[in-house]
Amino acid sequence: MSQVHIKTKINGDNIEFLCDPEETLLDILRDKLHLTGTKEGCGTGDCGACSITLDGKLVCSCLVLGAEADNSEISTIEGMSNGEKLHPLQQKFLDHAALQCGVCTPGILVAAKSLLEKNPDPTESEVRYWLAGNLCRCTGYDKIIKAVLDAAKEMRG
Amino acid sequence: MVKVRIWGSLQKATDNKEFVEVEAQNFKQLLDNLSLKYPKLKPQITRGVSVAIDGMIYRNSWFTPIKPENEVVLMPYMVGG
Amino acid sequence: MSPLDNTYEKQFKVIGTRPPRPDGIEKVTGKAQYGADLYVPDMLYAKILRSPHPHAKIISIDTSEAEKLDGVKAVITSKDFSKFSENKPSDTLVNCIAHEKALYDGHCVAAVAALSNTIAKSALKLINVEYEILPHVTDVDEAMKTDSPIVNKGYVLENVPKGFSENVTSYYEFGHGDLDNGFNNADLIVERTFKTEAAHQGYIEPHACLASMTPDGKADLWCCTQGHYNVRALCADIMGMESSQLRVTPSEIGGGFGGKTTIFIEPIALALSLKSGKPVKLVMTRDEVFKATGPTVSSSMDVKIGMTKDGIITAGEAHLRYQGGAFPNGTVEMGAQSAFAAYDLKAVRTKGWNVLTNRPKQAAYRAPGAPQAIYAVESVVDELCQKLNLDPLEIRIKNAAKKGTKSSYGPTFDDIGLIATLEAAQKHPHYLAPLAENQGRGLSCGFWFNFGGDTCVTLNVNFDGTIGVTEGNPDIGGSRASISQMAAEELGISYDKVRTIIADTNSLGHNEVTDGSRVTFAVGLATIKAARAAIKEMCKRASLIWGIDEDAVRWENGSAIPAGPNAGQFDPMSIEEIAALSSQTGGPIAGHHEVNAEGAGVSFGVHLADVEVDKETGSTKVIRYTVFQDAGKAIHPSYVEGQMQGGAVQGIGWALNEEYIYGKDGRLQNAGFLDYRIPVASDLPMIEPVILEIPNPGHPYGVRGVGETSIVPPLAAINNAVSRATNIRFSELPLSPPKVLSSLKKELKDG
Ligand code: FES
Ligand code: FES
Repeated sequence: MSQVHIKTKINGDNIEFLCDPEETLLDILRDKLHLTGTKEGCGTGDCGACSITLDGKLVCSCLVLGAEADNSEISTIEGMSNGEKLHPLQQKFLDHAALQCGVCTPGILVAAKSLLEKNPDPTESEVRYWLAGNLCRCTGYDKIIKAVLDAAKEMRG
Repeated sequence: MVKVRIWGSLQKATDNKEFVEVEAQNFKQLLDNLSLKYPKLKPQITRGVSVAIDGMIYRNSWFTPIKPENEVVLMPYMVGG
Repeated sequence: MSPLDNTYEKQFKVIGTRPPRPDGIEKVTGKAQYGADLYVPDMLYAKILRSPHPHAKIISIDTSEAEKLDGVKAVITSKDFSKFSENKPSDTLVNCIAHEKALYDGHCVAAVAALSNTIAKSALKLINVEYEILPHVTDVDEAMKTDSPIVNKGYVLENVPKGFSENVTSYYEFGHGDLDNGFNNADLIVERTFKTEAAHQGYIEPHACLASMTPDGKADLWCCTQGHYNVRALCADIMGMESSQLRVTPSEIGGGFGGKTTIFIEPIALALSLKSGKPVKLVMTRDEVFKATGPTVSSSMDVKIGMTKDGIITAGEAHLRYQGGAFPNGTVEMGAQSAFAAYDLKAVRTKGWNVLTNRPKQAAYRAPGAPQAIYAVESVVDELCQKLNLDPLEIRIKNAAKKGTKSSYGPTFDDIGLIATLEAAQKHPHYLAPLAENQGRGLSCGFWFNFGGDTCVTLNVNFDGTIGVTEGNPDIGGSRASISQMAAEELGISYDKVRTIIADTNSLGHNEVTDGSRVTFAVGLATIKAARAAIKEMCKRASLIWGIDEDAVRWENGSAIPAGPNAGQFDPMSIEEIAALSSQTGGPIAGHHEVNAEGAGVSFGVHLADVEVDKETGSTKVIRYTVFQDAGKAIHPSYVEGQMQGGAVQGIGWALNEEYIYGKDGRLQNAGFLDYRIPVASDLPMIEPVILEIPNPGHPYGVRGVGETSIVPPLAAINNAVSRATNIRFSELPLSPPKVLSSLKKELKDG
């Protein structure tokens, strides 16, 4: 089957690509565009390692087809810091040792950023429920939750 | 002479003795002389054993010194995760 | 090592602080490269065809149609590995690719490399395998019966007692004292049978590798692993290569917990690369990770313990039956030695049987073998305390192993931190906090041995006086930071002057796998020794410059200084000054240390768990959780806490939800994160870590391994909490809602 021509804006840049109709957006990001910060932990929407935002909405990129991304705006972990300046969430994750192996971290950061955009002052349980789709096997979540709450506080000023 | 404690199921190889005595000044000599004196221990020793010397567990350092007054206990080779 | 080498009483400057990890920014910005993140020119994508049958003879494999598909560059089966024709396949190889028999649902039978994943997947459908289905067994107790189907012949060791099937491969027995007498002295004896299901390590990063092999027998392999030297040894053996010709570079690793201590896909990628003449990338799907990589053993266990009215344990006995999949393993002996390690007992006996079944070969998972056995023992101890109306923490202190105790596995304990850990739990506000209706509090001790092992470290003093440390153990949870800290501490310089990297297999001597909680202990020890060697050389250089005796110079706060008033009057020379002159004084300065580190020191932990059980649904919520653990010395307390919290949550998952579910057809029914449910953020409260520091005499700074012990106590802590909350004694894990609910209903009907 012939490939589909897709136009997107990824982390602010105009990007075009060709994809097989059955290829997922995650595969495109990783295999075609080599934006490997977005991870694949399951490919079935169960782990959140592939979290990105698509037109401002938090999605699992393994559940989106590349072809569906036409004319959309995508943000991935690669677009989170502003040049040298880390996003407060990224900084707080480092300060709180909120990562061990770090493979879940990009997805969790993207998801947490999207939470704080909607709800700048979440409670602990709101953070826990928002991140319930992002699996972390190393940390027991404790330091992740603390880092997100602390970043929220700092971002509120 | 070093007094060595053998674990329960391995005592079959030492004529049901819990403690056996062999001449040894280090880990390697201990294993060699145990195999000589109790040939039935050999398969297990070849597969691997650890030795606890005064409570500290050694996995395979041949030249770890052993003295007669040390408490020496044979243990299966340790594996971890 | 002489005890005089140990400095754990001195004031540390860097040790015990919480500096940022050197690999942190890469990991929060998505730059860090994990196993699947490498792409090289002209690379192929590989996929594996797996057996859908738990036990089947492979009659034939026809790959011709797959080979014809456009874009397919190589197809392999076991025939492509010469070890099979030489009749010398290792268990590891047979586990990587089935030869005459498929031994479990998901066993690899063939593999394809193609221009894209899509093509490789289509090619798998064109491979035609003819199977003759054989009877299978997946349950440990069934597999032991004399009439069970035999999974894999020829593995029975000489020590296995008669009366079992050939699936029972090894047998162990430990203990001391007179059991009968002990039980006679008891006022109450509780005896129970327990079961635990297999749990998967559940690392979020699936196994991945990229292999490039040339016909002259050279190869480069990139992979996510806990130990690339072991990968090299295993792959070189399988491929018939010399070690020096196979360079293995470890990627960043997205979790392992023991599950990445061996190989599964690496030889497949190497063979595909050899056959196709191109680099081949192979990444497992999550479904493959569940079906074909190591979960833990599952177990069936009987425990019997006697206690007097005032809480003295008079005797303890445990029989452990562990199945570890289709190949023999050494897990039950670890469980049998650990089961009663926390207690000072006059009479104790443990017996263990390792059993084969048609399941994937078990792989290590944090403290392999210990969580199951200690779960059973700690559950019985709690039941005795409850029935005798005794405080479970006091009873544990009363019976606790301590310095001088003859341990249940044989040796006499040296300094161990169990009583201090129990007392910390007793004093903690958690222990006396009130509980509401339907809530229960459980407690359990945990134990693990910890290891050292082969370790190499090179420490280079750069010309500007900064330090490069090269070590050989993948950093899973912040070890680069703690290694840098130890180097900085020893050299008397600041943390940010040190950078630690992890070398490939050709850049450093052999390093044992990152396992047995060994890295901070053993790599730390080698780093300290390497730093001491560099210091010695730097003192020598200063002595040459000053024209005094080498012995007249000592090292203090990052500088060489004259050792005493007689040595002469010289201003201290800093590490920067000495380094800047190193070319003129004899050449670059480095220290290195190679050792088989022994003396890791055992570690104990105590967990307190509060749960609330919903009697309508049977679901259990953990509402408060505290971990107490002896770390010897916490180098970077945040990462020590992280190990304690992470291990606790893995144990909570194992206790409450995680299990391998096999159907009657022998197929795994829940090979995905949706149905194999690991704990998510909303399941949990904060996990409070309390670090105790009882120095390990075997390490210069007193470090003990901390990575594994933390998974041991949660199983019983949760089981005891749920049992107390419901007043029903449970004896099977996981305590999933349907299981708890049916017991609650039964109780209601009977009671
Ligand atoms: S990879 Fe998309 S949710 Fe797991
Ligand atoms: S830090 Fe390893 S999975 Fe989250």
